[in-house]
Amino acid sequence: MTKCPVCDAPVEASEDPVEGELLECPECGSELEILDLDPVVLGEAPQAEEDWGE
Amino acid sequence: MIRASIAGASGYAGGELLRLLLGHPEVEVAEITSERLAGKFAHGVHPNLRGATRLQFRGLDELSACDVLFVCLPHGESSRRIDDFRGIAGLIVDLGADFRLRDPAAYERWYGGPHPRPELLGQFVYGIPELNREALRDASLVACAGCNATAAILALKPMCDARVAQSAVIEVLVGSSEAGNQATAASHHPERSGAARAFKPTGHRHLGEIAAALGVEDLHFSATSIEMVRGVLATCHVFADRALEDRELWRIYRDAYAEEPFVRIVKGQSGIHRYPEPGILAGTNYCDVGFERDPDTKRVVAMSALDNLMKGAAGQAVHAFNLMCGFRETAGLDFMGLHPL
Repeated sequence: MTKCPVCDAPVEASEDPVEGELLECPECGSELEILDLDPVVLGEAPQAEEDWGE
Repeated sequence: MIRASIAGASGYAGGELLRLLLGHPEVEVAEITSERLAGKFAHGVHPNLRGATRLQFRGLDELSACDVLFVCLPHGESSRRIDDFRGIAGLIVDLGADFRLRDPAAYERWYGGPHPRPELLGQFVYGIPELNREALRDASLVACAGCNATAAILALKPMCDARVAQSAVIEVLVGSSEAGNQATAASHHPERSGAARAFKPTGHRHLGEIAAALGVEDLHFSATSIEMVRGVLATCHVFADRALEDRELWRIYRDAYAEEPFVRIVKGQSGIHRYPEPGILAGTNYCDVGFERDPDTKRVVAMSALDNLMKGAAGQAVHAFNLMCGFRETAGLDFMGLHPL
């Protein structure tokens, strides 16, 4: 169990977390990214940017 | 089973109370009163209750003994009849404004005259469970809070308790059911429909309750009626003693409400429902609260939403009653609301 970096709510990672995995905080709804695994460290996920060049 | 009666059951709050009590697992509704509709069936004025009860209204003077009496009468009536009511029931839950203030001087200030029974003011417990849970467990006399006051108090209480709020300006947007079920010139459909009308920019009586409950003196309150039937949306501009961070505000609100069954913190980072909205709370006993800090100043915008007839009246009364009787707090109040409406 780790904490949301935005609101401090407890956030549970999956059983087999992987770096870069995206989670959603159950309380504030922030999109979070697993930055490190041992222990699990969460950060705010970067917002998706539109790619008009494709 | 507890035998409950409702004095003044023909209005909107009384009708909601009847709906809740008919579905309450521990309650048998004994009698309901209406002077205007004595002899008529309840479903005549509360059509949603057709088939749920065959109760007929009777006059106040015909009330017989019961365990708990809910009072939903016009302002001043419960003061006038309180001795009779205490002879009828051991527990009284008053949804009116007569006994909300404990201070006779405050009553005189906000209601424009001396209280007729000032010696009783201190005997009633103010009925917001989030403020007075323990006192309600032992109470026999309860004065439920005003709907706007409930919304404002629950939005502001965490920051007041944390002693970070120095002053606040409260603006409430309210639906037409706050005005009751008697027609007036202001509620005439061509005048009311589509209106956004500042009906009490200053001097609203609920400010007396809010100030008494929060213990903060520098409070300001304005009310505006909008195109909505049920609901209150309170937007409170709180001027804090310092610039607060999001995580500190989360902690303050979580400390206050994490264990509360009817207060939910709504502050989303994504999606369209990021802050409290009254629409989805219609018919429920929830009060949703949220907040947003102004990153450039010490201002925090605290928000709350509720159904004025539920958390702001009948639902609050049943919640208080559950505490008084030692029942499950959420008994009779399980409805989760509708979405979309």
